[in-house]
Amino acid sequence: MRASYSLPRWADLLLLPIVCLGLALLLAGLVVLLVGQDPVRVMTVLVQGALGTQRGLSYTLYYATTFIFTGLAVAVAFHGGLFNIGGEGQAIMGGLGTGLAALYLSALLPAWLMLPLMLISGALFGMVWAIVPAYLQAYRGSHVVITTIMFNFIASSVLVYLLVNHLRPAGSMSVESAPFAASAKLPTMHEALAALGIAWPSSPLNLSLFLALLACLGVYLFLWRTRGGYHLRAVGSSPGAAEYAGIQSRHQIVIAMSISGALAGLVGMNEIAGVNGKLLLEFVSGAGFTGIAVSLMGRNHPLGIILASLLFGALFQGGAEVAFEVPGFSRDMVVMVQGFIVLFSGAMAYVFAPALAWCLALLRPRAVASSRLGATDG
Amino acid sequence: MPRVTPAPAVRMRGIHKRFGAVQANADVALQVAPGTIHGIVGENGAGKSTLMSVLYGFYRADSGQIEVFGQPVNIRNADDAIALGIGMVHQHFMLVDTLTALENVMLGAEPHWLLARAQAAVRIKLEALMQATGLQLDLDCLVADLAVGDRQRLEILKTLYRGAKILILDEPTAVLTPQETGHLFQVLDGLRKQGTTIVLITHKLKEVMLLCDQVTIMRAGRVVQDLPVSQASIEGLAEAMVGRKVNIGRSQGPPTAPGPVLLQARDLVLRDALQVTRLKGLSLCLHAGEIVGVAGVSGNGQSELLDLLSGLLRPTGGQLELGGKLFEASAWLDPRTARELGLAHVPEDRQARALVMNFAAWESAVLGYDGLPEYGQGGWLDHPAMRRATGQYMERFDVRPRNPELLSSKFSGGNQQKLVLARELGQAPKVLLVGQPTRGVDIGAIEFIYSQLRALRAAGCAVLLVSSELDEILALSDRVIVMYQGAVTGELPMADCSEARLGMLMLGGAVQ
Amino acid sequence: MDEVFVGEMVASTLRLSTPLILCALAGLLSERSGVVDIGLEGKMLFAAFAAGATGAVYGSTTLALLAAMLAATALSWLHGLACVSHRGDQVVSGVAVNIVAAGMTVVLGIAWFAQGGQTPPVSAAVRITALFPGAAGSLQGVPLLGPVLAHALLGHNALVYLALLLVPAVWWLLFRTRFGLRLRAVGENPQMVDAAGVSVQRLRYTALTLNGILCGLAGSYLVLAQNASFSPNMTAGRGFMALAALIFGRWHPFLALWACLLFGFLDAAAIRLQGVKLAVIGEVPVQVIQALPYVLTVVLLAGFIGKAVAPQALGKPYVKES
Repeated sequence: MRASYSLPRWADLLLLPIVCLGLALLLAGLVVLLVGQDPVRVMTVLVQGALGTQRGLSYTLYYATTFIFTGLAVAVAFHGGLFNIGGEGQAIMGGLGTGLAALYLSALLPAWLMLPLMLISGALFGMVWAIVPAYLQAYRGSHVVITTIMFNFIASSVLVYLLVNHLRPAGSMSVESAPFAASAKLPTMHEALAALGIAWPSSPLNLSLFLALLACLGVYLFLWRTRGGYHLRAVGSSPGAAEYAGIQSRHQIVIAMSISGALAGLVGMNEIAGVNGKLLLEFVSGAGFTGIAVSLMGRNHPLGIILASLLFGALFQGGAEVAFEVPGFSRDMVVMVQGFIVLFSGAMAYVFAPALAWCLALLRPRAVASSRLGATDG
Repeated sequence: MPRVTPAPAVRMRGIHKRFGAVQANADVALQVAPGTIHGIVGENGAGKSTLMSVLYGFYRADSGQIEVFGQPVNIRNADDAIALGIGMVHQHFMLVDTLTALENVMLGAEPHWLLARAQAAVRIKLEALMQATGLQLDLDCLVADLAVGDRQRLEILKTLYRGAKILILDEPTAVLTPQETGHLFQVLDGLRKQGTTIVLITHKLKEVMLLCDQVTIMRAGRVVQDLPVSQASIEGLAEAMVGRKVNIGRSQGPPTAPGPVLLQARDLVLRDALQVTRLKGLSLCLHAGEIVGVAGVSGNGQSELLDLLSGLLRPTGGQLELGGKLFEASAWLDPRTARELGLAHVPEDRQARALVMNFAAWESAVLGYDGLPEYGQGGWLDHPAMRRATGQYMERFDVRPRNPELLSSKFSGGNQQKLVLARELGQAPKVLLVGQPTRGVDIGAIEFIYSQLRALRAAGCAVLLVSSELDEILALSDRVIVMYQGAVTGELPMADCSEARLGMLMLGGAVQ
Repeated sequence: MDEVFVGEMVASTLRLSTPLILCALAGLLSERSGVVDIGLEGKMLFAAFAAGATGAVYGSTTLALLAAMLAATALSWLHGLACVSHRGDQVVSGVAVNIVAAGMTVVLGIAWFAQGGQTPPVSAAVRITALFPGAAGSLQGVPLLGPVLAHALLGHNALVYLALLLVPAVWWLLFRTRFGLRLRAVGENPQMVDAAGVSVQRLRYTALTLNGILCGLAGSYLVLAQNASFSPNMTAGRGFMALAALIFGRWHPFLALWACLLFGFLDAAAIRLQGVKLAVIGEVPVQVIQALPYVLTVVLLAGFIGKAVAPQALGKPYVKES
């Protein structure tokens, strides 16, 4: 009965996230003012720190890699109609899987066997951690949001328990495992570039960046170019229509969450295999939640997720510099911005989208005519 | 002595209402004389519901004036309307299932903040009201346990309790049998005698002729005619509604003798999750080259029958023979298998079943058939092939606009239905199940859809048609099955069908 | 069985359940009106911070309580702005509230108090202490049940008693008043309520306001009665446990109360299990004990199929056009 102005696809994918980001930053700037700091100075330090130097840029890309994994995880689940908040726990378990494989096998196997094994192990652990809430949602109706959050907490406990009681080398004070053998280490970017004769400052950025980009391509192809992806999206958009087509909702829910968990589990390749070379406590540190913001901002599309991950990587790296230079700040500022972005992107898109469409319609009268052609029920 | 004509109960002038790109009401004028029954007729999308929603305060008109009993008024919300004595009985009942009838009547007009005291006071008033109007109800029954006819009575009671002097009814007979409709008309007639003004929104012209004093015809948001019923005829009304001479006609029976049995269902029993029996041992068979119509008021098991035959539901007992295969209740077919055996299904619920609203048309056009080799090999989807097929569907079935990239939700109801039909018929099915084919569809598309169904029959397909519109059943079927409370109460060839007979069967009576 | 031990267990259970009960009641009101409330955790956290900060700076219990209730209500209104006034997704909005609260509490905490996110401890005068200080020993003379009852029931602070009293109060509000009838109706069929001339928005915002006040009480309990200061993420998932208790209690005040008491009991038992050697298992690892409430939440949700009983309109934004 009611026809609304609809946003053209490019505006939906590009303009809307920018508007949401702008508002989130504005709000964050207000909070900065509230605590007695200068928002402009904070912004300048942030941008400089994130993009102004080669080293800063590398750190930005390194953070972005993890966010791409967790963002893709949330996106795949969203397309299946689920809200996967368990990226945090699934990433922890993925890292655990990667680390366990490395700890027990890295001394025995060469790198070309070890690294794929670590990848599979990490993805598998993450997948398993997501399957249980998925099964409970599909077959028992247990709300997946609550169960995945609970599983986040449980994953933390499992990691602490294993590290403290079983994986910590005897006599060691720090809560970490023994370091892996060299075959379990993903080469860093500066090492790889050095091999090509390019000088690059050292940073945690490593080859898992390419893995992340590959994952983006894989997710895109799966969701939009395969039958499996079609089934998944159908269930996410309209369970009734999917059932009519002979697609089983329950199966798709479990499949969506499995892929989602596996993607989150790949964080281990970046943090454990690429950076640390051993298992430790704090290697996810909220990246699961950032993934939610990334996916929402990126409109649940791999391309948008890459851009949003870069943005958040910049926020994190810049945020570290701000914490360094501006007194009274910590990285939690970024967490706050994240929350605002989730609020604006996810919850308030209905406010901005019509306003934006109206503005666009003013500029392009043809857009109005095309929406009238579509006609409506009534 | 000069006669003073009483002020009209309702007078609306110059009403404009736009929703985005759609002009739902354009310069509409309406005058309802007090103590009469006034009908507003038009097709879906004509703007009649919008107009009444403006009167009831659900929408604010963009411009125009409203006068109630001679006084200019400004109706901002439902509260204002109720205060003016306007009450509305909606097409989809506005009742809370988990509360009792009494609580539903009382909501919004509770005389006291303490429920116990409020209920006592309301009960007294209601019992007096029920006496005066003859509308009897069990006030302490949960609405969830009330039958449809009772719920409608409850809706009317609600408005009268709030002191409605002007009663708006939106498509009230959509869910009633012919007999229940008769009862309703008696009640309305009684209310008219007591001075209540009634506005009846309907697309059923026969009811208008029977009941109303005056009728207003709307088309595409405008008023095209307004005349006393004594001066009107059904053909004239239909023509005014549509803008041209309309003849839906009546089926003459099958053009040729029906062929072999293509689908046979035996003793289908269905008990739902709450252990309520929805189907009680139903059997039917479909022959090639015939259209079998299933008549009956919605909710008597027809939807469940369609769901069972298409594989969406599993029966508690019974058998199905389709395409040479036998299915028992323990190993029932699923939608995929059904399609492989040449069964196609146009569902009743277009929005929730037939299309994925968020998908573009070219993705909805392969729903259920994405496994076909022409749409891709080995797990991959062939996008150009899918787009081509959609384009062909749109050409063949005149789906407008001809844009496969447009979101499914952006097409009008009629065009959505045509797309669904194109998809289902596009696979040259042997058996077609179709539910409510023309619900929410404009009259031009209706004629097209009917001709497609008849062409299908001519090509040797078996069609099972479920519809709550008796006219539609009579226009298309070769054979009519009537369902009542989950069982078949009668089966008649078209030659023996009459509205009276079918009406009896729809209420469970036997045919002599 | 040691009577004092039983009394202690009951007392612990009540103390540990109090924030859960308050949150569950808050969630109940919101969800009965049709608005999903995933943000209970964030609201409780933000309220705790507000109470801690205000209590430390101004030294007044009343001001701290007021600040807490205000903070939580502000977040509830924000949630309402996104979901009731506009058609935002209620789950996403709730998650956003949680993330914003988690970030903002630490940012403000560091900026104002420079203690790594903690607030300074509130003085003893500000803390909410036992209502009847001497009562625990008063029933010593009564045979059998005296010491048990005394320990179990009489030594608590006002908020514990308030929480317990609020359960029948909310029940009465929901089932015996006009407002409660309208609230239950709007959660099942908001269109009907609108057609009856009652404002859907006003009902939902009222529910959200009450929700905020109750979350504020829950948060202030953590800082004023249980601990003495705010530390980052101190709610540790209690908001979600309250939500699980609510669902398990079928959106009914008394059943939700029992579910909350179950959580509290487990928490109380877990504390006493630390370091204790059990018969076959040996010493239970502390991480297992820490994880128990979360596991219980999952178990509760798995054993319960919620869809049939939830308010019909729960989670669906109300849009005028039908």
